[in-house]
Amino acid sequence: MPSPRYWREVPARYRLEAGRCVGCGAVVYPARRICPACRGQQFERLALSRRGTVVTSTVIHVAPTEFQMEAPYAMAVVETPEGARLMVQVADCEPNEVGPGMEVALEFRRIRKEGKSGILCYGHKAVPVR
Amino acid sequence: MREVAIVSAGMTPFGELWRYSLRDLFVEASLGALRQAKADTVDAVYVGNMSGGQFVGQEHLGPLLADHLGIRGVPITRVESACASGGVALRSAFLDVASGMSDLVLAVGVEKMNDGGDVTNVLATAADQENEVYHGITFPGLYAMIARAHMTQHGTTLEDLAAVSVKNHRHGALNPKAQFRQEVTPEQVMASSLVADPLRLLHCSPVSDGAAAVLLCPLARAQEFTDRPVEIRASGLATSSMALAERRDPAFLDAVSLSASRAYHMAGLGPADIDVAEVHDCFSIAEICVLEALCFAEQGRGGEAARTGETALGGRLPVNTSGGLKSKGHPVGATGIAQVIEIFEQLRGEAGERQVKDAAVGLTQNMGGSGGSSVVHIFERV
Amino acid sequence: MAGIVGYGAFIPRHRIKAEEIARQWGKDAAAIRRGLLLEEKSVPGLDEDTITISVEAGRAALERAGIDPRLVGALYIGSESHPYAVKPSGTVVAEALGVGPEVHVADFEFACKAGTEAMFVALSVVESGRAEYAMGIGADTSQGAPNDALEYSASAGGAAYLFGKPHVLAEVVETYSYTTDTPDFWRREGEFYPRHTGRFTGEPAYFRHITAATKAILERTGLKPSDFRYAVFHMPNGKFPLSVGADLGFTKKQLETGWVVPTMGNTYSGSSPTGLAAILDVADPDDLILITSFGSGAGSDSFVLRATELLPERRGRAPTVRSMLEGPRRYLTYGQYANYREKILLNE
Repeated sequence: MPSPRYWREVPARYRLEAGRCVGCGAVVYPARRICPACRGQQFERLALSRRGTVVTSTVIHVAPTEFQMEAPYAMAVVETPEGARLMVQVADCEPNEVGPGMEVALEFRRIRKEGKSGILCYGHKAVPVR
Repeated sequence: MREVAIVSAGMTPFGELWRYSLRDLFVEASLGALRQAKADTVDAVYVGNMSGGQFVGQEHLGPLLADHLGIRGVPITRVESACASGGVALRSAFLDVASGMSDLVLAVGVEKMNDGGDVTNVLATAADQENEVYHGITFPGLYAMIARAHMTQHGTTLEDLAAVSVKNHRHGALNPKAQFRQEVTPEQVMASSLVADPLRLLHCSPVSDGAAAVLLCPLARAQEFTDRPVEIRASGLATSSMALAERRDPAFLDAVSLSASRAYHMAGLGPADIDVAEVHDCFSIAEICVLEALCFAEQGRGGEAARTGETALGGRLPVNTSGGLKSKGHPVGATGIAQVIEIFEQLRGEAGERQVKDAAVGLTQNMGGSGGSSVVHIFERV
Repeated sequence: MAGIVGYGAFIPRHRIKAEEIARQWGKDAAAIRRGLLLEEKSVPGLDEDTITISVEAGRAALERAGIDPRLVGALYIGSESHPYAVKPSGTVVAEALGVGPEVHVADFEFACKAGTEAMFVALSVVESGRAEYAMGIGADTSQGAPNDALEYSASAGGAAYLFGKPHVLAEVVETYSYTTDTPDFWRREGEFYPRHTGRFTGEPAYFRHITAATKAILERTGLKPSDFRYAVFHMPNGKFPLSVGADLGFTKKQLETGWVVPTMGNTYSGSSPTGLAAILDVADPDDLILITSFGSGAGSDSFVLRATELLPERRGRAPTVRSMLEGPRRYLTYGQYANYREKILLNE
């Protein structure tokens, strides 16, 4: 993950900043220029609440090289109360417990490392709410 | 627009072709198509290739391939739409001929995947880098999420998923060009190692090398090259959201549905008119979702098709008679053209043991990423 | 008077039992549990480090304070496991908390007292009027060499304290620091694991500094041990804090609330700050609380705090330390632990 590419995404990754379309109210995460629902171009910033529900999920057994030591790990599409959907890992649980409908909280985690000497990349992961 | 026909085809075997380079594969398939038509040059070439740059470190394929095919000077355009690159190359060639710009055009697909590269990471570049890949998702992972959504919403079972692999291996066993020419049992599929739950190794298409080429010309000139041309009746291309999370229903492939309705409309035909189809079964769940989006099965009922034998050779609508991506192999950029070749042969009655009796109308569906792009073509025997 | 306006802790959910570590090395688990008074310890996941722990603890502190994060004018993180040798932990934490960019940020290191050091400086910034609010965090993913006594204690966690003047949850009555040069424990640049001097870490280091700092702050405030409802001393193991507390005249009852080490382990810079958070989770208005940290090298910081009426109504806004210690946990095998602590190495 080259540093400039990582740095550009900091507001969305660190603070879960999304855009709410002024025209139609759709919440777009991460924020973008044009609303996918109504093509509006005016947005107000909002931070997503750090919780949500699993829409669908999987357990990755064959992982990309950077994630090899974490496998098997669960991944899920999580919908927040604002209606935004995020692709995240689900941590701190047995991966097989994760499934559609599970309530989760979003916690700040290190997502990846650029090798042994490169930058550390942060963001959010889901953890089950019990 | 002019009517366009396919007059010849050439294809390498699919598999781990250690002795072949990307250029060797391209030349062998292209030469096959040219020889079959007894043509020595063409007006233009469109080459579908997902990632020469990352698989073998080679971009700028146009001049390289023109040079090696011995047709320096001919315009070659490289077309990229991830795993749908081949299908989109065919569409580009089709539009070139239909527009009247060129007469004789090659559509080629090529991918050299087995060359020591990190295939998982290269394929993942077809997903959303910032919002999906960053977090550790893989392609099997994305389709596994589609599978889980389909299972949750529609009650699709692990047996349904396995039935797709079993059927396609049975077909592929009859295809001399296929990478895996052996049958598998549902038990073997369900006991194979987990890749991304619920998908196991035998639900996944393999990593393959290969190339495929077809030669297009105006239908009016087709007889100069063959006595059995196949007409391209329609081409539909569509896109959807790049990221799976953006799709309200992860189990429904909107781009496939949209590309199909465009193609059906253009051809003036419907799903009931199709006699044989090649669809993008990169993972077993993909075939199930694609059948629904193509309206070959009702929404949520795609899982029954392979299990009941409806889509097997001898069934109501044989799907992936070539063995599909699963058994024939999936050199990503070549796949879209290889699908076309299977339909070309079926409509010409040249499919041997895999022949669908009296096949007159065929369809191909080729998909990029987790369904972010899809291209559908409809063909008819002339 | 300046004081704590918000606090929060975070403890990773992975655990390893003392028995499991003892089994790996063929040691007598019962003797270790008896000698060190350690049952289990927290372990950071492959995705957790000082930065992630600090963010979660900091978020909880902001929740309890209920203030606009942009009013925080200083942010300090004390740790001996900052993930970068060069590049601050604090910048990531500040961005994640929505603090700044108008903020003074620094990373501190003073072995196990880096956390109270960050708290001390944050408090000073508020008292001096340089910032309306300032946050001090102590967090660590502590290192301990395999088959060393530290392996039973070195754990992960941390706590964050937000200081300000209005609406304090606990007033800071007094502070005191005591420092000498005592090389009892250290880690050189580029080394994986700290080294320690065995029993030299006891009397001339831990006991001397904690005792001196605590006695001095009692003298300054004119308070005696029995005036306090709660006290917490740095917890390198279960035994030392009970022992130093008893020497100073504190009872087990005063110590046990903040004595989180038997099930948490030693979170180094996060140790006594997390013990304090466990006390704030239950303290009543007007309770007096003493905290004395210890950092090898060596020094101690002491704080005398008085809980306010606001504390009980604010603390429910974030999880308690006990809920994290006793809540959902995942017990690891030594193999998983070795992986999580990145002791299994791959090619680059």
